[in-house]
Amino acid sequence: MRAILSIALSLVLGLVFGLGLILSGMTDTTKVIGFLDVAGKWQPALALVMGAGVATAMPFFIIARRRGRALLTAELAQPPKAFDKGLIIGSAIFGIGWGVAGLCPGPVLVWLGRDPLQIAPFVLAFFVGAFFAQKLIAVRASKPLDQAHEPNIQKA
Amino acid sequence: MDTRIIIFALLGGSLIGLSSGLLYLFNGRIAGISGMMSQLIFPRPQAQAAAFVVGVIAAGIAAAWLGMDIPKTLGLGVVALVLAGLLVGFGTRLSNGCTSGHGICGISRLSPRSFAAVATFMATGGLTVYVLRHVIGA
Repeated sequence: MRAILSIALSLVLGLVFGLGLILSGMTDTTKVIGFLDVAGKWQPALALVMGAGVATAMPFFIIARRRGRALLTAELAQPPKAFDKGLIIGSAIFGIGWGVAGLCPGPVLVWLGRDPLQIAPFVLAFFVGAFFAQKLIAVRASKPLDQAHEPNIQKA
Repeated sequence: MDTRIIIFALLGGSLIGLSSGLLYLFNGRIAGISGMMSQLIFPRPQAQAAAFVVGVIAAGIAAAWLGMDIPKTLGLGVVALVLAGLLVGFGTRLSNGCTSGHGICGISRLSPRSFAAVATFMATGGLTVYVLRHVIGA
């Protein structure tokens, strides 16, 4: 029963999330690029989006962490705490892609609903890119034993 | 800035934050869209992530129905879309997050990893637009 409830809740929250993306202007690529275009006619609105987002979300995260468990399901997701090279390199690459099209994954999903044919090239390419990253992660994870105790130094 | 833009930015951002916060409090999940999209394929489709993804897509469908004032075109060619898709897909998988996962959830959790991620993608995002717009003139 709880499993069904949590899935239904995910659906509803996804809807709200999508609505938020639309209202905030995040699905408008010109607005996003305008936000990143600090040297040009700067459109700072997206800073407000992230600010409002964090301000609204944070109390819930604090409450959840105090409880130590989620209200419907048992575990709270605990993403890794350690830094790894993939974090910085991956973020840098994501940022470049974001700058090229002004699209990040959330708005892409909204566009899938709004005009799937138009966004299709991005979505397909996204999964290809993700696939290669996953391969890279797998290859780096299975390094030979004599390198297993080395600090996380990237070999080019 | 136009007052309407400010209000909608704050309102939209609040809804994004609200849904992300509630997802964590009730389901214990991070509303990281890149992760959810990847999870549809590997390791295997997960019900909660799939449901959230469907919800976001549904919002896109609903917006068109409701006749909301939204852009009709991405304003981008196929080459740009494919290039961007490859970079975003690769980069978000490698860094395990994006603007929602690291930007909203990570910062709300005061995660040092996410602060670093956000600073990085904001920097390269800005740099990329600068080069494309003001150096290359694309």
